[in-house]
Amino acid sequence: MNVADYAFYLFAFVTLTSALLVTVSRNPVHSVLWLILAFISTAGLFVLLGAEFVAMLLMIVYVGAVAVLFLFVVMMLDIDFAALRGKMTRYLPIGLAFGVVLLLEFSMALFVWVQADGAVAMRQAVAPDPGQVENTRALGLLIYDKYIYLFQAAGLILLVAMIGAILLTLRHRKDIKRQNVLHQMWRDPAKTMEIKDIKPGQGL
Amino acid sequence: MDALLREYLPILILLALAIGLGLVLILAAVVLAIRNPDPEKVSAYECGFNAFDDARMKFDVRFYLVSILFIIFDLEVAFLFPWAVAFGQISMLGFWSMMIFLTVLTVGFAYEWKKGALEWA
Repeated sequence: MNVADYAFYLFAFVTLTSALLVTVSRNPVHSVLWLILAFISTAGLFVLLGAEFVAMLLMIVYVGAVAVLFLFVVMMLDIDFAALRGKMTRYLPIGLAFGVVLLLEFSMALFVWVQADGAVAMRQAVAPDPGQVENTRALGLLIYDKYIYLFQAAGLILLVAMIGAILLTLRHRKDIKRQNVLHQMWRDPAKTMEIKDIKPGQGL
Repeated sequence: MDALLREYLPILILLALAIGLGLVLILAAVVLAIRNPDPEKVSAYECGFNAFDDARMKFDVRFYLVSILFIIFDLEVAFLFPWAVAFGQISMLGFWSMMIFLTVLTVGFAYEWKKGALEWA
């Protein structure tokens, strides 16, 4: 075993342990922190696979942004988690049933799945040899012209997500004053100010 | 492949050092520190008052909107990275597909600006 093998076992162990702790830890904020650890060690696994760009993306997008979003959601829900935990035994059978189905599907994919003869060769032909061209460049050469439809679909999905988030959550408050910068800049002193010459001893 | 992993060896060493140091500090606190807790010492201290409320409170949903918009533009920039790295060898189709992608997201950005989603309150 060399260093890479040890690193693989370390990252795999940390990923599985922290994924387990996400589900069993009592405090949901701790769950999110364990989830972050799972993301980080998964990024290590991706580096071991040679997928540098995906690993760094996992760090930036999932650890940096999605985990923060999860924290917001945990904070925003304001659920009494102690009361929810009492129902654990009620939901345990259905959760176990889901787990068994998932396990069966995974074992089918691993053991029963029959691949066509040319399938492996076709999959390997897509990506260039990682020794020749580095990961990010190889991705850049592939996704923008060979997978252009999927790339544009990703752009449209992002657009829909943006519009959806704005429509669902944007509420403007009516009872506050807003700054209108153009209105301020176009204000004419001659129209807004009036100088009155008041004689001494007389009122306005 | 091995050459690629060798470049990551310093990060692995740094990770091991960080974990080791963290463990040493925590274990040192467990082993060396004098602990003599009683109920008053371990109770929550809030400027002399008892704690009024649970620490968990509802966040404004606008935080959520801001962070979702952040993630969307984060992903847009993530798509730009491989394009920029491979820019010298990319085909004309690849160049224009990124331009269309940016245009689509700029439409979204203009919508967002017009709707006032970037303003607080």
